[in-house]
This record gives sequence, C-alpha cells and structure tokens, in this order.
Amino acid sequence: MSFGPHLFLAVLEGLVTSAVLALTALGLSLVFGVMRVVNVAHGEFFMLGAVSAWFISTALGGHPAIGFVAALIISPLLVGALALLSERLVLRRLNYNPEATIVATIGMLYIIQQAALTFYGPEARPVEPPFNLRVLFPWFGYSGYKLSIIVASILLMLGTWFVLTRTRIGLIMRATQFDSETAQAFGIPVDRVYAGVFALGAMLAAIAAVLIVPIQQAHYLMGLDPLLMSFIVVIIGGLGSLRGTVVAAVLVGLSDGIISVFFSPTLAKMLATLLVAMVLVFRPQGLFGERQR
Amino acid sequence: MSRTAAAWALHLVVIGILFLLQFVLPEYHHGVLARVMVLAVFAMGYNLLFGYVGLLSLGHAMFFAAGLYGAGLTVEHFGFGMVPAFGAGLAAGAVSGLVIGLLALRTTGVAFMIVTMMFAQVTYLAILYCAEWTRGDDGFVLAQPLRSVNLAGLQLDLTNPATRYFAALALFAVTLLVTLAVVRSSFGRVLVAIRENEERARMLGYDAFANKLVAVVVSATICAAAGAAYALLFGYVGASFASVQYSILPLLWVLLGGAATVLGPFLGTLFMYYVVDVTSGFTSAYLFIVGLALILLVLFFPAGVLGTIRARWLRWLP
Repeated sequence: MSFGPHLFLAVLEGLVTSAVLALTALGLSLVFGVMRVVNVAHGEFFMLGAVSAWFISTALGGHPAIGFVAALIISPLLVGALALLSERLVLRRLNYNPEATIVATIGMLYIIQQAALTFYGPEARPVEPPFNLRVLFPWFGYSGYKLSIIVASILLMLGTWFVLTRTRIGLIMRATQFDSETAQAFGIPVDRVYAGVFALGAMLAAIAAVLIVPIQQAHYLMGLDPLLMSFIVVIIGGLGSLRGTVVAAVLVGLSDGIISVFFSPTLAKMLATLLVAMVLVFRPQGLFGERQR
Repeated sequence: MSRTAAAWALHLVVIGILFLLQFVLPEYHHGVLARVMVLAVFAMGYNLLFGYVGLLSLGHAMFFAAGLYGAGLTVEHFGFGMVPAFGAGLAAGAVSGLVIGLLALRTTGVAFMIVTMMFAQVTYLAILYCAEWTRGDDGFVLAQPLRSVNLAGLQLDLTNPATRYFAALALFAVTLLVTLAVVRSSFGRVLVAIRENEERARMLGYDAFANKLVAVVVSATICAAAGAAYALLFGYVGASFASVQYSILPLLWVLLGGAATVLGPFLGTLFMYYVVDVTSGFTSAYLFIVGLALILLVLFFPAGVLGTIRARWLRWLP
C-alpha cells in the first residue's frame, strides 16, 4: 500500500480512537470541572462497562445486535449506580477534599480491579459487533462498525452539548461549577448535583467502553490507558471546556493513530504523555481553558 | 530527658532492636524484614515530600526505578562493581529528581499529582520501549558472582542472607537518622511552614520554590537509594517496579504509618507487607485489601498510626 492510503487508514484508526476518547474524557472533565474531584477510578468505570457488556451479551445470546444493544443500555446504568453508591459512601464523607478524594478513588480503582479479576478472570474476551459490514474504499475495505462508533460519538457529544447549554439541568450544573456556595444559597441541591455529575461521568466512560469492546477485547487491566489518555485530553483541552475536550481528543487520537501505524504504539503513548506533561507545566490552564480564579 | 534526646534515643533503640532481631528471627521472616527495610527507605523518601512538604506525587516509582536501573544496567552492561553501581543509582535518582522537580514544581495541587504521574508513565513506557537494554516487562536477573563487595579487604557476598540483612539495616539506619536530622533542622521547619501556608512562608522571605526543589531532589535520591539497594540485594530488575502501582504503594505505607512522622513509613511498610503476605496465603485478592485500606484510612484514620499516637499521647514524637 502506498503512502496516501496508508495515511488515510491511520487517520481513520485515529478518528475511532478520538471518538471513544472524547466520550471518556468528557466524563472525567465534567467530574473534574463541576466537583473539583480527580477521579482516578475513571478508567475502572470504563473497564467495568466493557466487562459487563461481555457478561450481558453472553447471557443473552442470539443475534449479536441484541446483546450489544442491551449492553449499551444496561452497562451504563449498572456503572452509574455503582458510581452513585461510591459517591454517597465515600466522596461525600470526605467533603470533596481534593487530596483525600484522590486517595479514595485510588482505593476504588484497586477494589474494582480486584472484583473484575475475581469474577471475570484474567482473560481478554471479545464481544461480537452488532453488525458486520465492510465499507469499500478504492484501496481497502474498512469495518463499517468502526465508522459507526465515530457517528455514535458525535451524536452523544451533540446531546451532551445540548443538555449542558440548552436545558435547566445544564444550567444548574454550570451554576454549581461556577460557584457552588452561591448556588447552594439560591436553593440548588448541590450534593445531589454532585452525585448526579459523578454518576453521569462514570456512565459516559461505560458507554465509550461498550462502543469499543467489539474491536478491543474486554480485560480487567484495560482501564489504565483510557485514564491516562483522558487526563491528557482534559488537560490539553482545558478544564470543563466541552469544545476543548473534543478538539484535544481529535488531536490526541489522530496523533496516536498516525504514530502507532507508522512507528510503534509504545512510542505514540510516550510522546503523547510527555507532550501533555509539558503542556501542563508551561500552560496550566490548557489550550482552551480559562485561567483558574 | 529533653525532647530532642528522647527522639534520638527512640530511633536508636528501634535500630538496635532491628539489629538484634537478625539473630532470633526464623529464616523466612529474616528475609522479609530485609526486604521491608529496603522498601521502608522508599517510603521514607516518599514521606519527606508527601508528609513534610504536602506534595502528593504519584510518580515516585520513577525515582525508585531510576535507582533500580541506574544500578542494575551499569552492572549488567558496563560491569560496574557494587559500590560504583550504587553510586550510579543515586546519581540517576538525583538527576531525575532535579529535572522532574524543575518541571513539575511549576504546577501546584492536583496538577502536580497528574504531572508526576505522567512523567512516571513516560519513564515506564521508555523502559518498555528500550527493551533491547532493559528486557522490558520480563526484566533481568543480576548474576550471583557479580553481587559481592570488597570493602577494605573484606569480601562481602550480597547473596548471603546475613550480609543482605546487614546491608539493608545499614541503609535503613542511615536513611532514618538522616531523615530525623533533616526534619528537625531549620530546613525541615521551612518545609513544614511551606506545607501549612506557602504564601506566608514566602512573605517571611523564604524561597518556596528552591526549598521545594531541594526537597524533591533529596526525596528522589532516597527513593533511588532504595531502588539501587533493591537491585543489588535481591538481584532482580524489572519494569513492574516503574508502574503506576509502585507509585501508589509508598503512599499507602505512609498513610498507614502516619504521614509526617519519621518512623511511620517503616511501620506502615512492615504492617502492609505482612497483611498482603498473610492474605495472599488464602486468597489472591490482595488488591482488594490495598484498595479497602486506602479508603478506610482516608475516611476514618487520616493521621495514620503514629500520627494518632502523637496527637493523643506523645507530643514530642518527630
């Protein structure tokens, strides 16, 4: 294959990564932005989404699409419920103190990882894609399912944007993010908003995981990479900036795809991680974020 | 007895007990204690930054790995002796501490945690990427004949359990006393002042950045000493020691023993090592124990064992 088509393939792969990454990072960014909590267990919520998708699709059997659609609905609900529970039991009791919540979410990370290892096992297991379709380009055929991930992600991002900017729920969330004390004084139930945002963040990660599990098998250690990549995206994009998150996810996903195809995946991860650490060092507010008050 | 004398006496007694223990301990626990002492050095280095300066780093595995690989690679590829290899490990730790400190200290709070975690991940990936030299995840084992020291005509074989225990104890004792001296010095007081209120410390005329930078370098060097000792005493060098999990373990040990106490990291390491050791006897679910311990500690026992004892009874505890 000559250079042009090779690059095109790399761009497609990169866009699929971007799509999943944008959803995962958006969850982290919301929790980070609204609650000022760094959720180190975010990657494990992602992993739980993928693992529960395998359980659901295996239990249902029949046509792969049935299991997949069921997983797409049930997995996020399960993960969201678990996030809600941990928020009530742990994070709220810590008064959302930044350092204490970091330690607590590290604890959650280990507990969830161990639970997955115990009940699911160390194997990586595949989920069948809901449909098998090859989109034929002049140079190669490409998985139609992968393209549909990109479409699904765009739709979900548009939905989130709509909720955040055009609805009352979004207004309440933005008010809480801007100044939680004043919001509380105006009768906004801040602790319920926090619980909701934490669950929503986890659900976004779970949806992203269900979308990716047909092309990347479910494994109990799969959470760390999305966590670090989401940190990267959230930092490059700037805190709580939806536009920044999307642009950064596309940038990171594309560079990851292109470097992975032409050089090596390890090198791609190294460069991306190093780049972000440098962004955070020299431009702490991110590319699109506003300087923190 | 003055408070200073009491503090020094207590720490010397602990070292003395550890010295005597080697004659009475059964073989298995003898080996465990040697390992715990080396890992406690890692925890003490971590505590200097986390406990006394209040900087939460999730990247200290990279300093441990700097020592581990600084010592291991020079023995494996350049045929260094034990002493120069240990020195190479220390140097690698100090240099990486300086570079990372200069960069990461430009950020504060949560951003500091994320930046250190990312630099550590880059280090981990770099170790995997340079698999030709480091053998990546599998790591490599230092050959037994290489691991002996000639000190003033005395041939010490580090693969011998008694020598190994003694070397671990020596490193532990030196680190413990150095830490005690550092935190009781005026430099240590400045670090605590920065932890409590950085703005005020700056207004009093202290250069917060320079003091924090020195703290990072010292902390990194201590952690690298633990890494180098681990490579030379136990003979195994592998990428798992640079993983995120290895950055989190010292945090757990320090939290359990009591952050900002000199002996706390050792207590935490000892206790946690045995908890994991005992539980892994009848279940493989040790990650669950680690996770639960972190959450319960931060919820109900934020001062740790020694921190609580200090707050309740022994006010003079350093």
